[in-house]
Amino acid sequence: MSESTTFYAQAPASPEISERFPDLHPAFTATAAVTEANRCLYCFDAPCTGACPTHIDVPRFIKKIASGNLEGSAKTILDANILGASCARVCPVDVLCEGACVMHRYNEQPIAIARLQRFAMDALYESGGRLPFSPGADTGKSVALIGGGPASLACAAELRRRGIRAVIFDARPLPGGLNTYGVAEYKLPLAESLREIDLLAQLGVEFHFGAAVDGERLAELESRHDAVFLGVGLGAIPRLGIAGEQLAGVTNALDYIAGYKSGRITSAPERVAVIGAGNTAIDAANASLRLGARAVHVIYRRGPEQMSAFAFEYDHAKQEGVEFLWHVMAERVVGAERVEALELVRLEAASDGSLVLKEGENFRLPVDLVVLAIGQSTHADFFRGGRVKLERGRVVIDRETGQTSDPRYFAGGDCVNGGREVVDAVADGKRAGIGIAVWLEGHDANA
Amino acid sequence: MPTLETRFAGIRCMNPFWLASAPPTNCGEQIMRAFDAGWGGAVWKTIGAPITNTSSRYSSIDWNGQRMMGLNNIELISDRPIEVNLRELAEVKRRYPKHTVIASLMVESNREAWHEIVERAEDAGADGLELNFGCPHGMSERGMGSAVGQVPEYCGQITEWVKERARTPVIVKLTPNISDIRMPARAAKKAGADALSAINTINSITGIDLDTLEPRPNVDGKSSHGGYCGPAVKPIALNMVQQVMADESAALPMSGIGGIASWQDVAEFLLLGAGTVQVCTAVMHYGYRIVEDMADGLLAWMRRKGFETLDDFRGLSLPKVQDWKHLNLNYKIVARIHADKCIGCELCYTACWDGAHQCIHLDRALPSPDKTRTPEMVTAESLARISTTPIAKLDLKSADKAGASFTPLSRIPRVDEEECVGCNLCSLVCPVPECITMERVENGLEPETWEERMQSGAAVAGNPNH
Repeated sequence: MSESTTFYAQAPASPEISERFPDLHPAFTATAAVTEANRCLYCFDAPCTGACPTHIDVPRFIKKIASGNLEGSAKTILDANILGASCARVCPVDVLCEGACVMHRYNEQPIAIARLQRFAMDALYESGGRLPFSPGADTGKSVALIGGGPASLACAAELRRRGIRAVIFDARPLPGGLNTYGVAEYKLPLAESLREIDLLAQLGVEFHFGAAVDGERLAELESRHDAVFLGVGLGAIPRLGIAGEQLAGVTNALDYIAGYKSGRITSAPERVAVIGAGNTAIDAANASLRLGARAVHVIYRRGPEQMSAFAFEYDHAKQEGVEFLWHVMAERVVGAERVEALELVRLEAASDGSLVLKEGENFRLPVDLVVLAIGQSTHADFFRGGRVKLERGRVVIDRETGQTSDPRYFAGGDCVNGGREVVDAVADGKRAGIGIAVWLEGHDANA
Repeated sequence: MPTLETRFAGIRCMNPFWLASAPPTNCGEQIMRAFDAGWGGAVWKTIGAPITNTSSRYSSIDWNGQRMMGLNNIELISDRPIEVNLRELAEVKRRYPKHTVIASLMVESNREAWHEIVERAEDAGADGLELNFGCPHGMSERGMGSAVGQVPEYCGQITEWVKERARTPVIVKLTPNISDIRMPARAAKKAGADALSAINTINSITGIDLDTLEPRPNVDGKSSHGGYCGPAVKPIALNMVQQVMADESAALPMSGIGGIASWQDVAEFLLLGAGTVQVCTAVMHYGYRIVEDMADGLLAWMRRKGFETLDDFRGLSLPKVQDWKHLNLNYKIVARIHADKCIGCELCYTACWDGAHQCIHLDRALPSPDKTRTPEMVTAESLARISTTPIAKLDLKSADKAGASFTPLSRIPRVDEEECVGCNLCSLVCPVPECITMERVENGLEPETWEERMQSGAAVAGNPNH
């Protein structure tokens, strides 16, 4: 990062994308925010706070909106969750804070916590965007953080607030990981993710971009730092292993989403098939429609009850016009030079629950683009030979401190939990940041 | 079929709903529209030598998003010439002969001035006179309004002068800005007043602009104490009405004033002895139309209660207000939380711990009752708990259930009935109607008041329930 420019200023500007991906949940006006804030009952030991993985003191920040103390409101949010601005936009609040709101049992709408949180954070930006915290007094300690996504960012913030140097290494040209490159633009625009990281950079977090870390580099970093935080996320979306997959017109959801978010992809062909039915698949399907596709199908081997996407994401996709093909599997990508169709086969559940082919039920779906969204692989290779213990490809940690089986290594986020939400990564990173600080202090005390 | 018709100090009233002397009764055109909307009477904006008003004049207290919990004004009496007001008054009476029009009056404190204004108002056709001894701002600095009302002798003197001339009933309007409102009331009664009205507005400063440091309402950078009214003052008004009406040497037909906005408010003032009520702030907020539900709601309540006329229930609650020393110290109630209604906000819990007697506990999900767990321990446990976003396929169903449809047992507070002092606080803060009820506990003790206990020479302190 150069001294003079911000990450925000480096966001690729694409008016076309902004126009096609307007805010799904528009910002509150000040009047609406105060009215909504006044509805909050101010629960004791509030269930919304308990449901939030970062335990934001929700009633407190809401009452500060009601009282007109917007500065204090933003500070309350950031104190618990340094990525409070993006969490306000990307969190699946239906199953988190808003899902836990007592108003559900009061025969009323839950408090619009996410929109209030965004209101408080927007107010902070509008008032000059100064982070209400300063770095702690320098301890002389230093931590390398691998990956620049939410887990590392949250960990880095905790470290800096405790006077520990935090150096982030990220393979991409801009920070934020999936928060910057992987969230549907109508929830969190790429530029907003960067604006938030600018805030965090005020704590003196150091960034190295285009800095892919391999085993050798890791060993070097280990020798130069007092601890290492692993926030590497998950790996690539695997291929299906079927014929025709190498054809032009076959991509994966992460590349596709990152492509349109950074302005490299500005349109979609007429017919798109998305394979997989998780939240990322939904994001890719909705994006295709917004980018101009006429027919978008989500193809999934099982039924809607088994899909990993949240119910509200499924509902949203249906509203956008996405069609779902259940109990269907892709057997072959058909085409001469480019994708022309998908050869599909119907499946049914056998008595033991396994899926079996329905003979003679093959059919072709003409498509111009195939987007794979069948989950991400793990980074098992990256950790091979190291002392960091894995389980099913995931890094094993002590949940409270983030410490791995190798005491100098801490970890959090998708590489630990197998792929959850931004707020889960932030919570992991926060616990690890505090865990590292405590461990470094204990280390000193014992030395 | 119940009726709202009533008589007040000899004046026939089609209903007890009068507009108080204030901006809603500024002119004849307004009053006639108000009568069309259903108001039975109006007390004309105080008539006297015209004054000059400031701008601005009002300021208010908002509370939790609700506007005008309380309203404050520094407006003076009518700024219109006496003859204009009286000409319009005559016109209103000509067109609305069955409606009640009271002339509110305020002139210099001399006999001739009062004689003259009384005569002119009655000649114009006023059904009665209200002497404004209450206005707490501006006029009081000129020896009028509350400057009169605060001195029982002045109050009695002017009432006497008015009674020398008046042919219609004379109502004395009392100021609350006095340590014992019964004193001016007694003086008025002694001087021959036919009725009283109470309360006028309460001295107030509503607030200060935190940018300019200037108090509100702002008149070119300065403010003055004003008269407070609106919903916030109703309890004060009810208390003062009760004080006067329970005092034999003060009680007269009473027109109740202070924060009245609904039929319930009207019923309460009447239950404490008021004959009619006067309304201002609620009309300034929502317009004359509010009277429709005052009438409709009051009639419905009367039907439910089996009251045919206002006299059937007037004053029924008066004997139920007693000095503290006459309350039964052996009466015991406790809070009961109805778990099926509880939404788990835990406001009763925090209120009881921090604001009452530490007898509500969050221990239903624990193996055994635990009175030692403090609120700080509860929040610390929650903050230490690691929670993650549920994943649809795996854990959403259970999470969803706990969130939306039922309250987890751990969030439903438990009342320690042995320790509960029956203070009501938890039931007051609970947002859910009927979720916390206060229920009587039979303790086998005979009723005993403080006075009785003192007379019997028993122990002076301690709760016999414990």
